[in-house]
Amino acid sequence: MRVGLFIPCYVDQFYPQIGVATLELLEKLGCEVHFPLNQTCCGQPMANSGFEHLTGGCNSLFIDNFEGFDYIVCPSGSCTLHIKEHLHEEKREEKASVIRKRVYELVEFLTDILKVENLEANFPHRVGLHQSCHGQRGLKLAQMSELNAPFFSKPEQLLKQVKQLDLVSLSRKDECCGFGGTFCVTEEAISVRMGQDRVKDHEDKNVEFITGGDMSCLMHLEGILRRQQSPVKVIHIAEILNSQIK
Amino acid sequence: MESKVLEHSKASEVFNQDKERVGWHDETLWFVRSKRDKAAHNIPDWELLRSTASSIKHNVLSNMHDYLVEFEKNALANGVHIHWAADAEEHNKIVHGIIAKHGVTRMVKSKSMLTEECHLNDYLAKNGVEVIDTDLGERIVQLRDEPPSHIVLPAIHLKKEDVGETFHIHLGTEKGNKDPQYLTEAARHHLRETFLTRKIALTGVNFAIAQTGEFVVCTNEGNADMGAHLADVHIACMGFEKLIPRREHLGVFLRLLARSATGQPITTYSSHFKKPREGQEMHIVIVDNGRSTQLGREDFRNSLKCIRCGACMNTCPVYRRSGGHSYHNAVAGPIGSILAPNLDMRKNADLPFASTLCGSCSNVCPVKIDIHDQLYKWRQVIVKEGYAATSKKLGMGAMTFTLSNPAVYQTGGKVGRWFMRNIPFVVNNGLNPWFKNREMPEPPKESFREWYLNNKKS
Repeated sequence: MRVGLFIPCYVDQFYPQIGVATLELLEKLGCEVHFPLNQTCCGQPMANSGFEHLTGGCNSLFIDNFEGFDYIVCPSGSCTLHIKEHLHEEKREEKASVIRKRVYELVEFLTDILKVENLEANFPHRVGLHQSCHGQRGLKLAQMSELNAPFFSKPEQLLKQVKQLDLVSLSRKDECCGFGGTFCVTEEAISVRMGQDRVKDHEDKNVEFITGGDMSCLMHLEGILRRQQSPVKVIHIAEILNSQIK
Repeated sequence: MESKVLEHSKASEVFNQDKERVGWHDETLWFVRSKRDKAAHNIPDWELLRSTASSIKHNVLSNMHDYLVEFEKNALANGVHIHWAADAEEHNKIVHGIIAKHGVTRMVKSKSMLTEECHLNDYLAKNGVEVIDTDLGERIVQLRDEPPSHIVLPAIHLKKEDVGETFHIHLGTEKGNKDPQYLTEAARHHLRETFLTRKIALTGVNFAIAQTGEFVVCTNEGNADMGAHLADVHIACMGFEKLIPRREHLGVFLRLLARSATGQPITTYSSHFKKPREGQEMHIVIVDNGRSTQLGREDFRNSLKCIRCGACMNTCPVYRRSGGHSYHNAVAGPIGSILAPNLDMRKNADLPFASTLCGSCSNVCPVKIDIHDQLYKWRQVIVKEGYAATSKKLGMGAMTFTLSNPAVYQTGGKVGRWFMRNIPFVVNNGLNPWFKNREMPEPPKESFREWYLNNKKS
């Protein structure tokens, strides 16, 4: 199985360890993983700001880099959702459409395609799970509290396989953290307040780590935690799932 | 003279200066959202109800002309006067015309967000007509000379201390008394006198039934009923999207409305008005005010399915922390943000951006409006129509150039993490809004790409 590794631009630049963990994890689970070197960004920062018409260059690059793989896997629900919903190119629409179908967020790739049931991971800590909105409501990685529908959670399904991990139950299970892309600066006051409230919910449950599938949300929460000099740390779910896997 | 409208982000900043109050506002509305969840989860067919309601409204929007003609015909046959208003101004003139004809200078009003949208109170005041809003929340904000901050809970931004102070000033209650029982009693006495002496009552409309020409008004306090029953003239104002085809469809909408709004199984009163009682005059004013334009916008037409339950506001993490007034529009919150740009794109260009696109709104919506997708689409329209700030355009240009060119991106990354200086979070270097309340990520020694080239690439 040839997997194209799609690493979000801000992960490439700020959180290389998440790329490393994702790559190692996929390789240990038997995938042939390639990192196309000329990838940059999915174009979401422009599109969500109302500049989708400027994302043509990003779309072309994405197709150049990722056509031909069996699957494209990305450790971010938000970037994956953007590709799924908005990757288009007039001249290569067929290729774009294939990519839109083959792109997977890491967690759903593990649960739905690789059907991972026994992770050898070990993480002896008390952990809170931050459900990122685009992964949860967009990609349906977990049931949302708004709907009257049966519960499921793909990230929890994986975290429960991690030995010694103590997953807490939050008082607001799927409230947005307030990152929101450019929202985090254009609406600074609300963004920060939302993040502080999210952090408090985790702190009230005495977590050591806040994890999640989207480092953008975690980067925002990390910024708040560090400013408050909190001992709580953030960690991407790929790093937990890759911890001590043999 | 109109005061300058603050953009959503600036108004939110002001609202957020009182941290404790923001927390209280958030918790209060979250409580309503939680009540809604409990009520919704008690109905096994909840999701079926939502899709049924959405389909019924879809049918209405697709056959608007026919249903309006049918409604008018049946209402006229019931002895109701029907008026058509193309815009807010015409609506206000029609209402004033009816009032003037009766030589009246004082009236009561209840449950009408449409008249807020049309600024009827101001118009009537200028024309010498005094309007008293009779619903408690609406009366409180009216006394304070404020617009409602929420379409269902108009005074939800106020604490009981605020109400006590307002009533002390305007109704002469004891200073410092904030006992809800005492204050409601005071409002009751004040309004009772008003009800008995007003000859004209205006109400909103929740549902207008094409098949029968009747309309339904849903309230908890019964003030709409008291107003309408005591007055010689009942004026009901409605946006044309309030139509539903048949009476049996009420069974779908009434089950959804109160549960979505407040978590109640049904509102205390669901009053059906069909024909004027003997000696009474009944008018219905059917208003367009931009709705035809919205109906013509394929991407945004579903916004007209809205039944004004306010569930999207209660669930919105931004609304809960910015307050209704920050949206500077009669209808606030997520639904207001997709309706308002249609009314005035320049003035409301900020609203579709006042969201993280978390998608909670679309999933509580009882008629399944794709609210967060429409917010995204409005952003594209607003930028294309030229209402984006120039600084933003320049930032986006630089970002697009870099992200479309791998070589530039890679070099840029190396030179002290290009991102640190150029991602949107950091565009205004001098006054980096990210850093105000958050630490910056610590740049690592190497990017993932560099690690990959050093360790993996064979």
